Amino acid sequence: MTELQLKVLELLKEDARRDAELIATMLGVPLEDVKEAIAAMEENHIIVKYATVVNWSKVDDEKVTALIEVQITPERGRGFEGIAERIYLYPEVKSVYLMSGAYDLLVEIEGKNLKEVASFVSNKLSPIDAVLSTKTFFILKKYKQDGIIFDEHEGDHRLMVSP
Amino acid sequence: MKEELEVSSGLARRQSMSDYLSPLVRGIKPSGIRRFFDLVSTRKDVITLGVGEPDFVTPWHVREAAVYALETGKTQYTSNAGMPELREAICQYLDDSFDIAYNPADEVIVTVGGSEAIDLALRALIAPGDEILIPEPCYISYSPITALSGGVPVGIETFSADAFKLTAESLKKAITPRSKVLILCYPSNPTGGIMTYEDWLPIAKVVEENDLIVISDEIYAELTYGSKHVSFAAVPGMKDRTILVSGFSKAFAMTGWRMGYMCGHSELLAAMLKIHQYTVMCAPIMAQYAALEALQHGLEEKDRMVESYNQRRRLVVKGFRDIGLDCHEPQGAFYAFPSVTSTGLSSEVFAQRLLEEAGVAAVPGDVFGLGGEGHLRCSYATSVTQLTEAIDRIGNFVHKLKG
Repeated sequence: MTELQLKVLELLKEDARRDAELIATMLGVPLEDVKEAIAAMEENHIIVKYATVVNWSKVDDEKVTALIEVQITPERGRGFEGIAERIYLYPEVKSVYLMSGAYDLLVEIEGKNLKEVASFVSNKLSPIDAVLSTKTFFILKKYKQDGIIFDEHEGDHRLMVSP
Repeated sequence: MKEELEVSSGLARRQSMSDYLSPLVRGIKPSGIRRFFDLVSTRKDVITLGVGEPDFVTPWHVREAAVYALETGKTQYTSNAGMPELREAICQYLDDSFDIAYNPADEVIVTVGGSEAIDLALRALIAPGDEILIPEPCYISYSPITALSGGVPVGIETFSADAFKLTAESLKKAITPRSKVLILCYPSNPTGGIMTYEDWLPIAKVVEENDLIVISDEIYAELTYGSKHVSFAAVPGMKDRTILVSGFSKAFAMTGWRMGYMCGHSELLAAMLKIHQYTVMCAPIMAQYAALEALQHGLEEKDRMVESYNQRRRLVVKGFRDIGLDCHEPQGAFYAFPSVTSTGLSSEVFAQRLLEEAGVAAVPGDVFGLGGEGHLRCSYATSVTQLTEAIDRIGNFVHKLKG
């Protein structure tokens, strides 16, 4: 990871629509260098995807999201990897983290309604042999995600012209 | 009773309310920026490059420190010069960042913004008729405050070809036996010009030879790009001749808190403190706690903000040059100061038409004094998206003009 790659990454993290030319101007470096840095990071999956951050609560389509704490028995030789994969391959699973502390995996799951999430837990997650226990928490409201505040109240309150 | 009234009416009566005003105040022109502000306020969908303050909100930890100060009942006066721990933190910071050592006991005053510090310094120094040397284009308040104190402002024009630096030759030319104070503002609002150590040396020589005192407004000290700011007070021999004025507004995105400070020789500062104690008593205590937090834990955040201004600076300078407007490379503050003379329009007409025909507000350079005509002050303390759109609009406008 070069210093330039890191700077490019920070600018893309703020706004993924910024093109190489704009980034080159902002950083004061040659366009070719920025293109190369982006290509290299795409190549080795530092940049995984250019996705959109959505505030789903503003979309009529109803959804529920839950976080599930999962305790599992690791497998000899593979640890948590195999079980984690069996879980994250479900499309309704949005994220999976291996955690330190009282449980092992934190699973974020999305469904159309409570029933759908409950059914995922009882029919798909819990029956996995290695899963010892689950605790499900429904998310009521998202205030901030990945450093982005959803209901931004701190707009621009400056005077239009000042000395 | 009636007779007495008639006696007093024998005196020359004032004809209108303004007759009650001091001639000094009546003599001051309203700020050109204010006039332009009124014009801009009537418009909708305007992108503004006219704002002279950061687009960041004060970092939360700093705001939280003020909230905590209120919660714990910090609602009293502080000592006139400011809380001792804040004065210590300011002196430590100046020493660490700019290599100037001041004594927190009697060489620093916490003021209500840098503006109050400039007022105090000028009021304390000026005797009627003293000439105050002011390199221009510059921040709009030096001349009026000078005039209010009975001084005579003497503008010194600086030029784009010199990157708006003050030169020893032009300074010498402006000096007369009545010259007393030189006001410096680098990094410069509105030009973005800076002065390096090498640039300062010949100026320091002229200051010494002519026994001048300097008010150095270094409010943009933290916002330099490429080279670190050199305080005039750090130039050998200049510390005792310099009243250093600075504050928290620009570096820490704290404009609304009105937190500034001034440093200098204890005898001079004692006089300024006298004015300060009779006029404002002390800066607000909760803002002082916020400023303390900014100095103790806000330096990294400040660096991030400076880096972000630098990115946007590159964007606008390239933008103006691509459009075909001459733009010297600003190396400080958050303003670009492109020339619009190639369009054949004056600053004022250009700014007005740009606002009306393209929906972009920027301040016409002539309001900043000598050398400002023909330029436009564009603040790049606004979002990249807005800047890109503003540059597109200015480009279309200029191409239409040049047809």
